[in-house]
Amino acid sequence: MRWQQDPVLDVQHLTMRFGGLVAINDLSFKAGRGDITALIGPNGAGKTTVFNCITGFYKPTEGMVALKKTDGTQFFLERLPGHHINWKGKVARTFQNIRMFSGMTVLENLLVAQHNSLMIASGFTFLGVLGVGGYRAAEKKAIERAKYWLEKTRLIDRADDPAGDLPYGDQRRLEIARAMCTDPVLLCLDEPAAGLNPRESLELNELLLSIRKDHGTSILLIEHDMSVVMQISDHVVVLDYGTKISDGTPSEVRNDPRVIAAYLGVDDEEVAKVEAEIGA
Amino acid sequence: MNAPSITTTSSQDTAVPSRFNLGAALKDSAITALITLGLSIPILSYKTEQNGSDLFLRSRWELVAVICVGVFVLRLLMHAFLATRAARQAVPGPHQATEPVHAEPSAFQHVSKFAIPMFLGVALAFPAIIYLIQGSLNESRYWVDLGILILTYVMLGWGLNIVVGLAGLLDLGYVAFYAVGAYSYALLSTTFGLSFWICLPLAGILASFWGMILGFPVLRLRGDYLAIVTLAFGEIIRLVLINWVDLTNGGAGISSIPRVTFFGVPFTSGDDGFAALFGFDFNNMHRIIFLYYLILVLALVTNFVTMRLRKLPVGRAWEALREDEIACRSLGINTTNTKLTAFAIGAMFGGFAGSFFAVRQGFVSPESFNFLESAIILAIVVLGGMGSQIGVAIAAIVLVAGPEMLRNLTFLKAVFGESFDPNEYRLLLFGAGMVAMMVWRPRGLISEREPSVVLKERKAISGSLVKEGHG
Repeated sequence: MRWQQDPVLDVQHLTMRFGGLVAINDLSFKAGRGDITALIGPNGAGKTTVFNCITGFYKPTEGMVALKKTDGTQFFLERLPGHHINWKGKVARTFQNIRMFSGMTVLENLLVAQHNSLMIASGFTFLGVLGVGGYRAAEKKAIERAKYWLEKTRLIDRADDPAGDLPYGDQRRLEIARAMCTDPVLLCLDEPAAGLNPRESLELNELLLSIRKDHGTSILLIEHDMSVVMQISDHVVVLDYGTKISDGTPSEVRNDPRVIAAYLGVDDEEVAKVEAEIGA
Repeated sequence: MNAPSITTTSSQDTAVPSRFNLGAALKDSAITALITLGLSIPILSYKTEQNGSDLFLRSRWELVAVICVGVFVLRLLMHAFLATRAARQAVPGPHQATEPVHAEPSAFQHVSKFAIPMFLGVALAFPAIIYLIQGSLNESRYWVDLGILILTYVMLGWGLNIVVGLAGLLDLGYVAFYAVGAYSYALLSTTFGLSFWICLPLAGILASFWGMILGFPVLRLRGDYLAIVTLAFGEIIRLVLINWVDLTNGGAGISSIPRVTFFGVPFTSGDDGFAALFGFDFNNMHRIIFLYYLILVLALVTNFVTMRLRKLPVGRAWEALREDEIACRSLGINTTNTKLTAFAIGAMFGGFAGSFFAVRQGFVSPESFNFLESAIILAIVVLGGMGSQIGVAIAAIVLVAGPEMLRNLTFLKAVFGESFDPNEYRLLLFGAGMVAMMVWRPRGLISEREPSVVLKERKAISGSLVKEGHG
């Protein structure tokens, strides 16, 4: 199991409480380097909360989220300030309800994603305003990088259109392109196939596989579309009511009775049997 | 977002009068005029007047007649306007039918290509044009003063545009930085005898420092809450200026602030003055014209820097912040620093404008920095179109010069009688103009956004996609 030997993300005893509500309860899992790890579970299982803890939008109540890079450095994501998680920790994410900069063009969206490196190139604005320093060259390079991702996501023809004008499927791909422009080690995708038709989700599968193959980026994704989960993921973690109920390869998880119970419910007979066991 | 296409098809189904029906329009206008007559008889037709102890009625039938005819004509014009518009909309253009979201570049967009060089040319040649029209320097003073006033507001509008238009942070206390700049120059020059050219950058630095001080507590606030706190900040600065009498001389203000010099050469009638040095006859207008060009240069610098910043990562981060703060954070943008730089740079230009204000007036008092000033500057930005430089400039001209022009409408006295003073209606018309603007162009004069970087083709971004920011 690659996720045991060489994890890129190591989540240990993660707990998130909102007042009395326990959204995540003592969750531990690992995501392997170069793996596509799927986080699945019924609605309200706490998947997005896990994402928000990993990407710094929530500070977890308890637990540790460690990101290990290939050079051996390790970042504790729960301790980094929000914007450092992307810039230092190299974790990028997309959102369940797409968050585009809708009034900016597609190209501008991808340049905003390269903000920090461009900021340094522009001498923290001071040199850039005066027009000295290597900002022009850096911007050209950033545009080249953006062009690469636009071609890869087949959005190059819409580069000068406002992002808010794109159809839904294109916006989903643009969000992935934008996240990839930050050159992440770990890409977290929150329901990337939501609202896509079968052909589009097939394309998405290819895009994700090529991201992993060509860039070595590990992917962590939340998904309800089982065709995506079962076809491309190497490792599936199943959550229900904030606890992990199953963890393994797609085929293992598919046959796990607890997963089936969580998704499909259980027979009345079985409920009666369990109730008898615990003496209710 | 696809709603417009639905409306265009449905408008074909509904019976839209494709041609102007004159008979019906005349009938409706006549009815409206009759209603007006009925309403105005009890209200307008008689007026009580007192002459000593006698009270008598004065009939004003001619006024009633004027109003009824006016209503009739306006109603007729409205019918004509609506009929032509309905006819135009009934047949959608091919572009409109297929791509409802892409509005055609508006008339303003087409005009702006010519308008920018034209505005610049007129601004540069303004004193000369006025001189040629008025025939002498002294008589052109009023106009050059008005030009200075307009340019001051253009500069303030451009400064606030960074905060409100680009970063989407609603700032109702912008006048505070204007005040900081003005008092910086006033105090530094009267206390330490520093010259304007040294005080100008200092005033900018101090104002941007105060911008950051305001920025810190409001970082977590959004929308209405941000607006209220910035409003309070503006008032705090003004109240401090009034009450800290030891430093600011309180409500009496600081007077005899050194006048501007021509890079060290004073505008005086003496032998070492500007006029003697350059061989002119002494005229007070030299100083005024110099001030005009000074504020023109300051405003253009503001514009240049803003345009430059928009193409730099910090400018894009401001706009991204306006569009979606959470996405910004997920992309590694330090939203705290980005907001603070927006406040600081916006405040810096306010400070520059403030120190210009002090050197021009030679006198500052807290009275000049009340909330109304903030409101006017914000109105300039909002009416101009948030984020649009040329729109803000046009709005400043309209909002500052427009009310001023009302003073000259003396011919209206012929209509409304000798006691009519158009000046009294300035604010009323100002408000009506704003309401009309918001009805017809709710996103400001120029709502389209220019992209900051282009791969192949430059397309303006429709204002309906651009967010206003949440503070």
